[in-house]
Amino acid sequence: MNGTALSGQAARQDGSPAAVSGQSNERRSAPMWTIRGWLSQRVYWTLAAVGLAVPLAGWALLTAFGSVNRVFLPSPGDVAHRLLTWVSNDDLLADIGISCFRVVAGWALSAVLALPLGLLIGTFRIVQALLEPLTDFVRYMPAVAFIPLVMLWVGIDEGAKVAIIFIGTFFQMMLMVAEDVRRVPMAQIEAAQTLGAARAEVIEKVIIPSSKPALLDTLRITMGWAWTYLVVAELVAANSGLGYAIIKAQRFLQTDKIFAGILLIGAIGLAMDQVFRLVHRFAFPYLYARS
Amino acid sequence: MNAISCRGVYKVFGTGARRVTALENVCLDIREGEFVTLVGASGCGKSTLLRIVAGLEVHTSGDVCSSGSPVRGPGAERAMVFQNYSLYPWLTVMANIKFPRQLAAHTRNRTSSDVEVASGRADALLQLMGLEQVADAYPAQLSGGMQQRVAIARALMAQPRILLMDEPFGALDAQTREVMHDLILHVCALEGCTVLFVTHDVEEAIYLGQRVVLMAPRPGRIDSTHDVPLPGTRNVEMKHSAEFLALKARIVERIRDTSGLRTDLELLQRLAKRAR
Repeated sequence: MNGTALSGQAARQDGSPAAVSGQSNERRSAPMWTIRGWLSQRVYWTLAAVGLAVPLAGWALLTAFGSVNRVFLPSPGDVAHRLLTWVSNDDLLADIGISCFRVVAGWALSAVLALPLGLLIGTFRIVQALLEPLTDFVRYMPAVAFIPLVMLWVGIDEGAKVAIIFIGTFFQMMLMVAEDVRRVPMAQIEAAQTLGAARAEVIEKVIIPSSKPALLDTLRITMGWAWTYLVVAELVAANSGLGYAIIKAQRFLQTDKIFAGILLIGAIGLAMDQVFRLVHRFAFPYLYARS
Repeated sequence: MNAISCRGVYKVFGTGARRVTALENVCLDIREGEFVTLVGASGCGKSTLLRIVAGLEVHTSGDVCSSGSPVRGPGAERAMVFQNYSLYPWLTVMANIKFPRQLAAHTRNRTSSDVEVASGRADALLQLMGLEQVADAYPAQLSGGMQQRVAIARALMAQPRILLMDEPFGALDAQTREVMHDLILHVCALEGCTVLFVTHDVEEAIYLGQRVVLMAPRPGRIDSTHDVPLPGTRNVEMKHSAEFLALKARIVERIRDTSGLRTDLELLQRLAKRAR
């Protein structure tokens, strides 16, 4: 029916898959286990809460009634207490601040270089031939192994930590950006060309806007990788930061602090991820528009 | 002067053992304002020929001219409509249609009255294609048929002299396609543009075309040209006329002959006999 409509109304009617599948799932045919089935928001978030609460409860029970030595497995209470004393006595906020700075600086430096280079690799075959095999080679070199070199070349200041995070993220990010750019449908590019677009216009008005949502996803994912390199980066003569705190806590057998640090990094990473998702929603309304 | 003129056009893909001749000695002249359809079995090079005329593909040898000047790459006077995925999903319907106005090729030497004319034209196209209700919607919110209306409106926006269409209705259902046929005939008559239309649907080719060019595969070449014996203004009734059906039967037969399907059947019969 969709195309025969001369007004747009039929087009609007035919495109409400959520409503349709929602109705069909109200029938009693084991809706929860439908392959790629539909789930109400309420059930989804209840299950998500259960998924988070069960390991936490298990952990609490194990430390409360189990015979596990607290040195090896602190209780949730210990960890919460440690977090509080960390804030009041050891300046947790400063640690978070400096770690965030390192992660964001290394990641942003990667992005500043990877976005234009990836765009060129994905757009022009000669740049691809020149850079992609080289990048493929370099990205398999372990970032951690560059620490001695970085210390020699960059020193042991902030630059060294940022450099480690940069090495860990840049090469992957560049290849992902190139792939995002290559995924722009050829028909979009050719349509612009046959409408009279010059080469620069195709890049500016088609390739970049078309790949933007994928690029934001790539930035979000590489931000996660930047966090995983934080602890490694703070191995380099650091005296502050979450990664450094974790390493130092190991020396003093402060397992609760190790737990607190790991959980904090996870929480901060999750928060940043959510911010990226939120930006995605606001920046690309057309991806979320319902008919 | 012909709107499109192809003289001895060859297109070869690959080299050595992988060398494939996609087009062999193609000669085709299309008059100003003519509606020509290209049909043929898959692999006959009809899309390749269209892309060469569009300037998206470079021919190996021969001459391709548009309005007398040789084709060297894509140009604004030859707009193309693709089968799908050519709309810009981040732009609304109206912004998609106005997209050509953002390009330098259409903004050079522009005066403010031109701008008014252009926005008036966008409104007129929107109305003509029945898209007023969805002007602010995004392409993903539209059905396939509506999306192709937007793609056609966008192609017409810059007033191209030649409209190249590569199976534009191939992904649509049969009913939608019929509506689109009458729409495109109406719009192209109104705009007075020359159309080269590629399809694998023989009925579509006859219904739309003033002339049907039949291509054959291996190597891709023009097999025959058929003038459509129908009046200029078409309507659905004509699909049942004797002339229409006769021409359709002739073209379908010819495609079957050239596509190699028939020899395959003979081979099968021979194999079956041997098995017995």
